[in-house]
Order: sequence, then structure tokens, then C-alpha cells
Amino acid sequence: MSGALVVAWLRLAASRVAAERMRLTDLDAAIGDGDHGINLARGFAALEARLAVGDVSAEAPGPLLALAGRTITGTVGGASGALYGRALLRAAATVEPGPVGAGMSVAQVAAVLRAAVDGIAALGRSRPGEKTMLDALVPAVAALEAAAVAGSGLPDALLRAANAADAGAWATLPLLATKGRASYLGERSIGHLDPGAVSSTLLLRALADAASGA
Amino acid sequence: MVALVLVGHSPELLRGLRAMLAQAAPGVPVGVAGGTDGGALGTSAPRILHAVRSALADAADGAIVLLDLGSAALALEMALDDLEPSARARVRVSRGALVEGAVRAAVEAAGGGSLAAVLAASEVPQALDKLPKDWPADGAAPGTLPEETPGRPDR
Repeated sequence: MSGALVVAWLRLAASRVAAERMRLTDLDAAIGDGDHGINLARGFAALEARLAVGDVSAEAPGPLLALAGRTITGTVGGASGALYGRALLRAAATVEPGPVGAGMSVAQVAAVLRAAVDGIAALGRSRPGEKTMLDALVPAVAALEAAAVAGSGLPDALLRAANAADAGAWATLPLLATKGRASYLGERSIGHLDPGAVSSTLLLRALADAASGA
Repeated sequence: MVALVLVGHSPELLRGLRAMLAQAAPGVPVGVAGGTDGGALGTSAPRILHAVRSALADAADGAIVLLDLGSAALALEMALDDLEPSARARVRVSRGALVEGAVRAAVEAAGGGSLAAVLAASEVPQALDKLPKDWPADGAAPGTLPEETPGRPDR
């Protein structure tokens, strides 16, 4: 993973979040307060504007992820802004500083994603099975780590991670929410997808597609 | 003097509450961190961090932070993680309800209460004593007959 890939990912993520903001918001309206897509779209639009200043593609992944983390933390609002912001800042701190433009191995990317997801779990005091973004992200980390062991290339490994996230997000349908605003609904949260798990999948799919040049 | 920091999703809500506090307890420093960096509904860790730092600069005895909803605690925790250890030691976060907790805390702070005393004042279970003791337990208006209220048990 290079700085150029981080920039390509964040830009692709911003355009997809903008395109999907109403679907995410509708999911959130069913079990939360109906602002997830709008909040994320606002934050990613602010991030896109920051990325438009100067030649950011030449920067290293760490500073770029830190810029993304600070921007998302300050502009998304709500729990998802803090959680995604924490994830990006943890990722930034975990990226090993290397030569500018150099790629990272699958194992290194897996370690970065692991640190990011651990940051979300710690801040949210949550674990998989509670109908949160972790239900998509934790299987994705496991898939990425397995791909690293199997010797996959980065595009293929990230595709596997995105597919695992997708399956994890769908598996939130029958779950009872016990964290966040959805937990106010109790059993009425059953039968709905978790908006955070869906947006997490969207972000990982954008990363996989950016890595394969799609 | 102890300062208060109000953290919430709506800038308007917090501005209104700060005006109430200025009337109830003039002279108590009150910082607010409401909304995102762009002014939308939500919370922002950088804004919270700025408000806490400003409050600590205004108040020698520390600052009490009050929240509107639990999701604000995530952004607050991120902000406090970035605070210098010496400053963090002078901050306490209240579990109290925002409006009642802030009013009680401000009055205690105006009277020169310590950080611990202001925190305790903000956490009194306010909801239990907001209404007169003889108010009906189910929240119906006093004097409402059972047959006038759908689903109200006969008493």
C-alpha cells in the first residue's frame, strides 16, 4: 500500500459514500437516528476537499491516513465519526514509515487494518455479534491475515477482505443490537442491517477496487 | 473556581443552556462544544479538545464536562486522549443529565465548590425530584381520571 493507493482509496470511498448516502441513511432511519449516510457523506466531502489541495499522491501513507482521521473525526459527528476517525488515526500510527511510494506487503496492510479495528473495538467497548461495524470489519481482518499467510497479492487479498466484510454485514440482519442508538429499540432492531457494518463494507470494497485499479 | 464544559450534538441547544447558566450562576466559566467542525448536528473531538483546554485556562480548580447523549462520549474520549496528562488530571466527566446537571453544577461552582463537589452536584438523580411528590407515578396530569387515559391502569 502506497500513498497513491491511499489517496485513490479515499477518493473512491468519498464518491461511493456520496452515491450511497441515502441508502445508508435509510438503514439508519430503521434502527438509529437516520443520519449515518448524510454524516459520512459530509465528512468524506470535507476529506475530498482536503485531498484536492496540493499533490497529496506524493505523500506517505501515514500522514495521509492521519489527515483523513483528523478530518473524519471533526466533520462526521455522531458515533461513526469518532469510531472511523479513531480507526484511521490508529492505522496512521501503525503504518511503518518507509520510502515514499514504496508498497506495503499484505501482512503489513493486515497489521494496519487490525490496529484500526482494535481501535474501534476499544473506543466502542464492543465486539462482534453486537450488530455493529465490527461484524463486518473483524471477519475482513481475519480474511486479510489468511490471505497474507496464503501468499495472495494485495488486490486479491483486499478483495477477499471486502467479501468477508460483505458476508459479515449481511449476517447482522437477525442480530439484536446492544450497542449504540439501535440498542434503544431492543428486539425491534432484529431484521434490519446494521448501517455501520454496511458502510464499513463499502469502505473496504472501495479499498479493494482502488488496489485492483477498478 | 471550577469551569463547566457542555458537549452535545446541537450548537443551539448548548447556547441556550449556556444562557440559562449565565443567569443562574454568573461568573462561572462555561465552554461549549456543540456540532461538527462545519456546524452540522454531531460532535467533534477537535472542538471538544479546544473547549476543554479553554475552560481549564479560565478555571484554576479544573473543569466538569457534561454530555447530551452517550454517543458524545466517544468523541469526548478521543479528545481527552489528546489532552496533556497534567490537564487531564483536572477534568471530570459527569454522568448527570445535561440540563439539570449543568444548572446544579454551575450553582455549586459559583459557590466556590471543589471539583469533587461540583461533580457530585451534577450527578444528583434530578429526574426524581423535578415534579412534586404527589404527582401521579405514571406521569399523567394530576386529576386525570383513569377512563380518560388509554391504557392507564385503574388505581
